[in-house]
Amino acid sequence: MLELSIQKRFPEHDFALDVCLATEAPIAALIGPSGSGKTQTLRSVAGAVRPDQGRIVLDGRVLFDRSLGIDLSPQERHVGYVPQHYGLFPHLDVAANVGFGLKHRHGSPAAERIGRMLATVGMERLAHRYPMQLSGGQQQRVALARALILEPRILLLDEPFAALDGTLRAALRAELNELQQRLRFHMLLVTHDPEDLQLATECFVYAGGRIVGGSQSPPDAARLATEVLPDARGERS
Amino acid sequence: MGFRASLSTARLETVKARMRSWQLPSWPQALVAGPSLLFVAIIGLPVFAILARVAQSEAPLQTLTRPIVLEALRVSAITTACTLAGALLLGTPLAYVLARRRFPGHALLDSLLELPMVLPPAVAGVGLLFAFGRRGLLGDQLAAAGISIPFTATAVVLAQFFVAAPFYVRAARAAFESVDPEFEIVSHTLGVSSWLTFVRVTVPLAFPGLLSGATTCWARALGEFGATIMFAGSFLGRTQTLPLAIYAGLESDLDAAMAISALLTVLSFGLLLILRASLRARNPVYA
Repeated sequence: MLELSIQKRFPEHDFALDVCLATEAPIAALIGPSGSGKTQTLRSVAGAVRPDQGRIVLDGRVLFDRSLGIDLSPQERHVGYVPQHYGLFPHLDVAANVGFGLKHRHGSPAAERIGRMLATVGMERLAHRYPMQLSGGQQQRVALARALILEPRILLLDEPFAALDGTLRAALRAELNELQQRLRFHMLLVTHDPEDLQLATECFVYAGGRIVGGSQSPPDAARLATEVLPDARGERS
Repeated sequence: MGFRASLSTARLETVKARMRSWQLPSWPQALVAGPSLLFVAIIGLPVFAILARVAQSEAPLQTLTRPIVLEALRVSAITTACTLAGALLLGTPLAYVLARRRFPGHALLDSLLELPMVLPPAVAGVGLLFAFGRRGLLGDQLAAAGISIPFTATAVVLAQFFVAAPFYVRAARAAFESVDPEFEIVSHTLGVSSWLTFVRVTVPLAFPGLLSGATTCWARALGEFGATIMFAGSFLGRTQTLPLAIYAGLESDLDAAMAISALLTVLSFGLLLILRASLRARNPVYA
């Protein structure tokens, strides 16, 4: 259960974020045109952005509450954050990336755990490659593994498929869906692509820093989204 | 995307072709070759002269064991090591803050830190005397604590630090700026503390820049002359660094001056190779 009500001004960009949402959906999506505040919402949940006002509660645990003076550090939030270009550490190989957040990174228990996680995402044979030697899809799998190995309360994904081409996009969407079914983690994903809504069980439509609509039925949401995304189709060509 | 990429490649080719056709043919060869040769001669001849002179002299390696040389080597090794250590310890956090935070006075602080790089070293020497000298700003306090800085090894280190450390800070700042803050945020969400994130993510990613900054800083410290001679003097075995020993040697021991000059030339060349290598290391497998 994620409840969020935040306001933040970005004076240098002449932009204000003012959103309020609550969801119990295992996969919730934030959709809207670029610059509509989706990513800033996601970063607020991760603790990378501090709202001016408001409150963020995850599974009954207050992550942020301005009036109570609560602002947990990103380290204390136990959320998995996968930024748009995956943020894999370029100087570390796949195994070291996946094990990066483990308290005990060395020794055989850690190696075993990393190995199991890599097998889960189908990357066990590339454990000693560096991120730059991987395809976009493989990078995404590693980034997911690195976040999921810590069993976060929620996985935050920023435009997970934007960097991939069309056919791969559909395949990875199915893969992510399957992974979620198996591991049963909660997910909040940001997208500007209505097709990504196939994944979501609930979605919120962003425009100009506000939520202008929401739906628990993906087809409805896709229709809504195309209304605020007049160039949604053209943008992907 | 594909269209745009091919368009820009085509444009680049046109520009290249234009440059080729424009470059040499329309310029008379002599107009290019003459000034270039003169330029190379002005830079190359002194370097050649030092090496040639040393090659002609008798037993140049033995000259390096004379007391004036050994003492200067010792003083230079110790003081530049202290300067480099100070620059790394004090300069790294400063460079990081300058790279990551914007605060009132940021631009002013930035200019102040770059000032020593363009300030004449003699002015630096005067400034150091006015600040830490017996009649300087802190003179009374230092005297009360029983500390006298001018004309000591500490003064040598301060002079070198003033002149050389800003080079490290500038390079380190640029290196930190080149590290995408997103990597640090990801590390934080993985439960890794800010300090460990700095050690495990930021520094490794900034390393080539930090290394070239440290190398430049050390080279500048090693060559420091003007500020040192004004603030620390030139006392054999105490404040006489290699450049000061060359100057002293010109009057008393020309062979020693020659040997030190050759040594520093070779050393500088080695440093240049390290710098080149560290710049090339910006593009390893992961970049």
